[in-house]
Amino acid sequence: MTSAEMLTPENPKVLGTGLEARGVHAWFGKNHVLSDINLNFAAGTVTALIGPSGCGKSTFIRTINRMHEFIPTAAMAGEVFLDGKDVYASGTDVTKIRLKIGMVFQKPNPFPSMTIGENVLSGLKLAQLKVPNKDDLLEECLTRAGLWKEVKDRLSAHGGSLSGGQQQRLCIARSLAVAPQVLLMDEPCSALDPGSTLRIEETIRELSDSMTIVIVTHNMQQAARVSDYTAFFLSDGGPGEMIETAPTSEIFSRPKDKRTEDYVTGRFG
Amino acid sequence: MTTIPTPRKPWAATPKDRVRDLAILIGALVFTYYFVEITPMNGKLAYFSIFFLVYATFSGTYQGIKRGSAAAKDAIVNSIVVVGAVATLIPIGSILATVISKGYKGISFNLFTTDMSMATPTDPLTNGGILHAISGTLIMVLIALIISVPLGILTALYMTEIKGRFMRPIKFLVQAMSGVPSVVAGLFILSAILYPITKSFSGFMGALALSILMIPTIARTSEEVLLLIPSDLREAGVALGGTQWRTVAMIVLPAARSGLITAMILGVARIAGETAPLLLLTGGGDKVNGNPFSGPFGSLPYYIWKSFNSGSEEAITRAWAGLLVLIVIILILFISARSLSSRKVKR
Repeated sequence: MTSAEMLTPENPKVLGTGLEARGVHAWFGKNHVLSDINLNFAAGTVTALIGPSGCGKSTFIRTINRMHEFIPTAAMAGEVFLDGKDVYASGTDVTKIRLKIGMVFQKPNPFPSMTIGENVLSGLKLAQLKVPNKDDLLEECLTRAGLWKEVKDRLSAHGGSLSGGQQQRLCIARSLAVAPQVLLMDEPCSALDPGSTLRIEETIRELSDSMTIVIVTHNMQQAARVSDYTAFFLSDGGPGEMIETAPTSEIFSRPKDKRTEDYVTGRFG
Repeated sequence: MTTIPTPRKPWAATPKDRVRDLAILIGALVFTYYFVEITPMNGKLAYFSIFFLVYATFSGTYQGIKRGSAAAKDAIVNSIVVVGAVATLIPIGSILATVISKGYKGISFNLFTTDMSMATPTDPLTNGGILHAISGTLIMVLIALIISVPLGILTALYMTEIKGRFMRPIKFLVQAMSGVPSVVAGLFILSAILYPITKSFSGFMGALALSILMIPTIARTSEEVLLLIPSDLREAGVALGGTQWRTVAMIVLPAARSGLITAMILGVARIAGETAPLLLLTGGGDKVNGNPFSGPFGSLPYYIWKSFNSGSEEAITRAWAGLLVLIVIILILFISARSLSSRKVKR
């Protein structure tokens, strides 16, 4: 399959293989912040969402795992399909959706009352899941998040004792423990130093074999380094729109839209 | 190889400065003493206020001569702030000093091991004790805690987690309730429960009235503590597939634990010395009573009130001793609250 086909929502061949947003709009109160987003995320790919601040990238990924509804004034329209089923269909168990679609936040937020080990396994307790061997799962998640070597001797220390970059990888490990199909990352490196950022980017590359990743980033180089596809969002004062989506190399080398070109070459934003 | 210089604090006051400050202080003290002596004024208040004026003038003048009018104003404002702080401490220190100096005479071993059932107010201090009052206060506080902690924390959770439609009226009511005079709480239990239903004094009735006073304190403090928990944590919990209730129980409440313990202890400190409802509801026995549901129930505030009323010298000494015990109990609670809430910072 050529990558150009993958991201066209009209292409029926790839529907249902992963995640698909169809005609997603979002509002906060009367403020229309996101307009008609159509995006298809093929299974096992990394998609970067780029664009200036306030263009609705974060709001968009929060509509995917239904965290958008956490804001009291929020409203939305459209559909988000996971394995061909709309996550907003009535009767959907929202906690199950969030189990399948994990999320890593901008600021590392390990649970302060828990140890490193408890943090990683907290999703199991929260969702009341049973696993045969917790120790194996703990090691596996921390290894996949690239943190095992650094913390294996102090699993009973508190999460807050780690550095910011380690905390963020701990949060990634925590998301992995419930085995999500999709991992949403909302500017996961914006609070981190370059070394930690690099570690997390390696982690993202490794994880992309086993899950679909959507990452919001302000760092163009990061998008170029980690993603297979890139979608450019922009708001010209009105609601945020998706201007262009293509394989990452194309977005950065020969964007179709003038505004995309201006943004990726650093002429604005 | 570089030599490491000795650490210095070039901004700190030099010994010369300190001597000068001390000289101003002593000068002000001496001047105040003679000023009060030669004028018709007398009394502690005169000393205090004259000293304040003299000290502010002295240090202001000195700084004014030395460094100009801005420094003079700074010195005067400085002394006003210090006086404000000292004026706050005077009544507290004075209360503590009075209670300790009058109360320690009544402290003896038998005070903690016997009750007043076999002693009269005029008995010597070697006879009788306040075990009944201490145990009564502790039992009632415990019952009030068992009732108020769940109710208070649930109210706080409603205001911070559910944020339901009744949040504003409930918040308003809780705030208003924290201003309810304790005698009103006592009268309410008296007219709503004691007269129509149980028809007899008991420790439980007292504990119910204390709960009315305690719930708003716990609810408000817990609410503030829960509001401090970053919403990131709630979002993280829900994003991991937790329901709201499990997120609250597993993440929000544990993260707020030390603050909630502080809320509990502040609630206890609020009620431990309440007197009015206990006068109305407990019957105030002189005997150790382990059953809060029947029979007159002693308590420290009741005991203190009763002993002062009986008027004999021994009884009044016992009352001061009771006050001292009550203050020490509250002090221990405050210290444990502070150490519990600061323990978290260390790790």
